[in-house]
Amino acid sequence: MGAQMRVYKRRIRSVSATKKITKAMEMIAASRVVKAQRQVAASTPYATELTRAVTAVAAGSDIRHPLTTEVERPVRAAVLLITSDRGLAGGYNSNAIKQTEALTNRLTGEGRQVDHYVVGRKGVSYFGFRERPVAESWTGFTDNPTYADAKKVAAPLIDALNRQTSEGGVDEIHIVYTEFHSMMTQTAVDKRLLPIVFDKTAEESAEVFEEARKKEQEYQALYDFEPSADGVLDALLPRYVESRVYNALLQSAASKHAATRRAMKSATDNAEELIKSLTRLANQARQAEITQEISEIVGGANALADASAGSDR
Amino acid sequence: MAELHVELVAADRSVWSGEATRVIARTPSGDIGIMPGHQPLLTVLESGPVTIRTAGGGDGGTVVAAVHGGFISFADNKLSLLAEIAELSEEIDVERAERALERAKSDADAEAERRAEVRLLAVAGVR
Repeated sequence: MGAQMRVYKRRIRSVSATKKITKAMEMIAASRVVKAQRQVAASTPYATELTRAVTAVAAGSDIRHPLTTEVERPVRAAVLLITSDRGLAGGYNSNAIKQTEALTNRLTGEGRQVDHYVVGRKGVSYFGFRERPVAESWTGFTDNPTYADAKKVAAPLIDALNRQTSEGGVDEIHIVYTEFHSMMTQTAVDKRLLPIVFDKTAEESAEVFEEARKKEQEYQALYDFEPSADGVLDALLPRYVESRVYNALLQSAASKHAATRRAMKSATDNAEELIKSLTRLANQARQAEITQEISEIVGGANALADASAGSDR
Repeated sequence: MAELHVELVAADRSVWSGEATRVIARTPSGDIGIMPGHQPLLTVLESGPVTIRTAGGGDGGTVVAAVHGGFISFADNKLSLLAEIAELSEEIDVERAERALERAKSDADAEAERRAEVRLLAVAGVR
């Protein structure tokens, strides 16, 4: 076999090995997306009912509470960034990080200090590499988050909210995560968790909110709170944060798997393309070799014939 | 008989939903019974068994669930039971709960002990 051909064959082998791996990763990611999507759907009823309850208290009482009241001059804001532990997911992590940077710039521009809370190894290493401080970070559960994980993440956030800003507390909590729209579209978004925003554009959760609010206005102040409106709000606040964080973690996980699937699909397609063109080149090299051999044989035979014709004479 | 709609949801799934004639749950100030047409209510839920008398067919059946913390909200004849963790009595593994209770007692883990107790209470409540 010619040297040229051997090189092509070797490259084809290595690319097909890569293709096998990316194909497997694509399939794993595809099955995980479905599971993650199911989890998102399963957590929705709780989130919806909880938002309804919060609305009921917000509309049914006029007490001031960090859950519902905006601070006049916010000093510090907490930003929770959700990334993944592993890469190979296209622009998934860098999009979320970019969104965080934009949000941080906006908040600093408005005169707020920003505390970063980071979930996922990719985000942690981003901040670590730039030697920027991180208030708290978590890794290890981004592929398959549980409610206990969400509680763990929410606890220091709630803690910071309950503290005075002079003691390092925060006035606002923002969250940056990747929203799952479909297998093909996921977008990095930033949302203000607390104080609650009555924002119409912020899709479904807010819509439910708005709807419930309208309804609530009819029954306003009819609600009976136990032990008291204040007590209920105090108990609701952490649950609300936890459930929103949980939802964000689940959506991010689903987005991550979808992004991985897409990235691996294009890697597989790429490998296929590469194998095709390499095979063409290898064929060409083989053909050239055969042609060369034939012409060598023919040339040799001719030389022999010429020689024997000469000696006959 | 009048009925109310009940949704029992845990953080990660919907546990039970259907029509009921009466729901009994535990709040910080004691057990509360909710029947159709109750005043709109929003209450903190203590961990404890929740008893749901289901509607339909004479006396109807009973669904008991172990609920660990959460809320009740009632409005519009619709009752939402929100719990971080909720288990129906038939899903509870009695032996496991008993073992957990023993373990919690020996470790003096009050929270785990309460959880296991609530589970056993929920199972006892249905029998």
